[in-house]
Amino acid sequence: MSTKIADTKVNGLNLHVIETDKYKTNTIVLHIRTPLNKDTVTKRALIPYVLQSGTEALPSRLEIRSYLDELYGATLTVDVSKKGENQILSFRMDIANENYLKEKTPLLEEAVKLLSEILLKPALDNGVFHSTTVANEKRNLKQRIQSIFDDKIRYANMRITEEMCKNEPYGVSVWGYEDEIDAVTAQELHQQYGMMLQNDEVDLYIVGDVQSDQITQMVEKYFVFPKDRNQPEVSGEEKKVDAIVPKENVIFEDQDVKQGKLHIGFRTNTTFSDDDYFALQMFNGLFGGFSHSKLFINVREKASLAYYASSRYESHKGILMVMSGIEFKNYDQAVTIIKEQLKSMQAGDFTDSEIEQTKAVIKNQILETVDVAKGYVELLYHNAVANKSRMIEDWILGIDQVTKEDIVKVGQKVHLDTIYFLKGKEE
Amino acid sequence: MKKVVFEQLNETLYHETLENGLEVYILPKQGFNKTYATFTTKYGSVDNHFIPIGEKELLKVPDGIAHFLEHKMFEDEDGDVFQQFSKQGASANAFTSFTRTAYLFSSTSEVEKNLETLIDFVQHPYFTEESVEKEKGIIGQEITMYDDNPDWRVYFGVIENMYQNHPVKIDIAGTIESIDKITKDLLYKCYETFYHPKNMVLFVIGSLNPEEILELVKENQSKKTFKEIEKIERFFEEEPTAVAKKIETLKMSVHTPKCLVGFKEKNQTRQGKELLKHELAVNVLLDLMLGQSSSNYEKLYNIGLIDDSFSFDFSAEQGFGFSIIGGDTKDPDKLVSTLEEMISSFIQVPLDENAVKRAIKKKIGAFLRAVNSPEYIANQFTRYQFNDMNLFDVVETLENLTKDELEQKAKEHFDPTMFTVCQVLPK
Repeated sequence: MSTKIADTKVNGLNLHVIETDKYKTNTIVLHIRTPLNKDTVTKRALIPYVLQSGTEALPSRLEIRSYLDELYGATLTVDVSKKGENQILSFRMDIANENYLKEKTPLLEEAVKLLSEILLKPALDNGVFHSTTVANEKRNLKQRIQSIFDDKIRYANMRITEEMCKNEPYGVSVWGYEDEIDAVTAQELHQQYGMMLQNDEVDLYIVGDVQSDQITQMVEKYFVFPKDRNQPEVSGEEKKVDAIVPKENVIFEDQDVKQGKLHIGFRTNTTFSDDDYFALQMFNGLFGGFSHSKLFINVREKASLAYYASSRYESHKGILMVMSGIEFKNYDQAVTIIKEQLKSMQAGDFTDSEIEQTKAVIKNQILETVDVAKGYVELLYHNAVANKSRMIEDWILGIDQVTKEDIVKVGQKVHLDTIYFLKGKEE
Repeated sequence: MKKVVFEQLNETLYHETLENGLEVYILPKQGFNKTYATFTTKYGSVDNHFIPIGEKELLKVPDGIAHFLEHKMFEDEDGDVFQQFSKQGASANAFTSFTRTAYLFSSTSEVEKNLETLIDFVQHPYFTEESVEKEKGIIGQEITMYDDNPDWRVYFGVIENMYQNHPVKIDIAGTIESIDKITKDLLYKCYETFYHPKNMVLFVIGSLNPEEILELVKENQSKKTFKEIEKIERFFEEEPTAVAKKIETLKMSVHTPKCLVGFKEKNQTRQGKELLKHELAVNVLLDLMLGQSSSNYEKLYNIGLIDDSFSFDFSAEQGFGFSIIGGDTKDPDKLVSTLEEMISSFIQVPLDENAVKRAIKKKIGAFLRAVNSPEYIANQFTRYQFNDMNLFDVVETLENLTKDELEQKAKEHFDPTMFTVCQVLPK
């Protein structure tokens, strides 16, 4: 059993074929990337949902879904997300490998064709999207934005990002803005879609028991873009906001909740394309990434203040976010403990055996991620976003080579930027 | 060691019952980096009334004790077992459900060491009064976190509506008040009773040699002694067939109302193949009735009563079972009445033969996708095993479902008198 990766450019899209016989299904992931922009973000967030609602050949959502069922319950999901200062529209399909079925139909080719039609041959009415479809999806987008408010952890995460990056594209919400939805017309949306096809960077990943030359032919045949497609500019890495933070930004917000959500944002001044990227991965692991990390041990196990206390690192923007759920009255104590942990990281107050432990766990995480087709694609897509080419072996080696000095050095570039606390209303 | 080959899936499962009663299952999965193991006891939140081992009287324990015990198992004389795992490059975890407590790890190296660590820590309880008290703070925050989570509240709300006596209606984590009554001695009692090898299953899956793994487990077990037990005496009050409550409304800090409806299972005694067939049949019916390719879904979606948070599921164990349907909605009352109409007309009209075939095909595809995941196989296999069913009978059971059987099950399960509603509304 072996895995082979072939990257090619086909019809202006970046095709990545990962040949492996590890899975019983084949996976297709399509990512479309555009710089985050407040003016277009709401419209773009609607596009994947409108597209999955009908094609020329299968003009309704019901027809697409029935056809997917026919293909042995192939799945299709669409999503909008943020990587660094980009808005990513994603389409993911998963389809049974016909070798495991009694009936031998060419399922993968059908799936590739369907996805190409969803992207390139949407159902139209007088040359623009159907107005009823657009109306439905506008309503749904509103609900999706509102549902962030209902999930307090997600809400706190969105709010701190908004506050911390007020003047940066990263502060823009990828789902767009509720108050802009009503005004969007089917025509404008279709125009935006045209611009997307013309300008955006498209990456298509196909993972499974496949052959790359056959896939290339398939993609060449079905993914035919409009003739005037621009060759997208290489987006490269983020412009770094130089971040010696003059003063801590502290925001308190009240809501009718029982548990306080404490989120603290740090600038790391390190991103995926930097050489000290792996040192920062290690820093995050020791600080708050795992159950042996400083935050878990000190906030949860020792002080018994929280059920969760962890940190997450956004590698393309270089922001590290600490999250914890605590009682309102424990705010000062929790903030003090978290700040102390940062100081002790910066002072090199961790042992060689903790370093080894963290290396072992991170390497384990990477190897486990590539056991799942979609996880593998996510890992590879970092390269596309940052215009880098790090293979799995490079990740493992990179982690292995980090020294204690590297971690202390990268830690000294980490600065607290914003503290956000969602707490209960005073009675 | 017994060996069972599942040809269509290209999997071989090894099984042995050890002298002390422990059931060991090993499934080699070549090509995967990851090895995943679960060590599960048939003991969950519903087992709150039983005769402790070596005693004669029934004992009722505080709500949430099985989950509390799960948390406390990770501590031993030398500290935290998480530490041991992460030193060996593994990530460990555990979960408590209504009927099971599972401990697990996944790792891509040092599999044998990790497996020993798993077995040893689960078979070695160590509680002190002090550490029990400290855990109350942590679990208290876990409970508060779920209290603020409207999805969790509405889900438990609908189950609470169904049951008059059965402990499935009690939140798995208990309440702040109930966990306060937990003591070290009570934990030991629960542990001694339910963590006997006769009540447990070990499942190991990954790139491994089954003979070597079995040898290791045998060797490990031969060094330990356990009390003799016949059978664990669990007590459940008689549960009336009817639902406890028709509707419940909760007020929370949300923007969008949430609404779940459910049907309580009438026949609570099914086990084995009969339960498997019933469970799969009701799930196929739900998909036919309300799946994304049904006209009902299209209607609900187009009139704006549901969005993509809409979902449904049926699950059953010995003693209880329910289907739950719903999600976010702007008009919860209208959603309830529309669903009631749709369901009652669905059970009156004969099923369409082609739609049935397509729905079954879809479920088979979904199963193939699921068995890509070692986690899914290990967790589900154990659940099936505790109910005398076999995970690898799923495809065949699905293929053999007939239209007549489905029609009969539809009338039985979707009985309007077994219907109940829970809504979360904005404050």
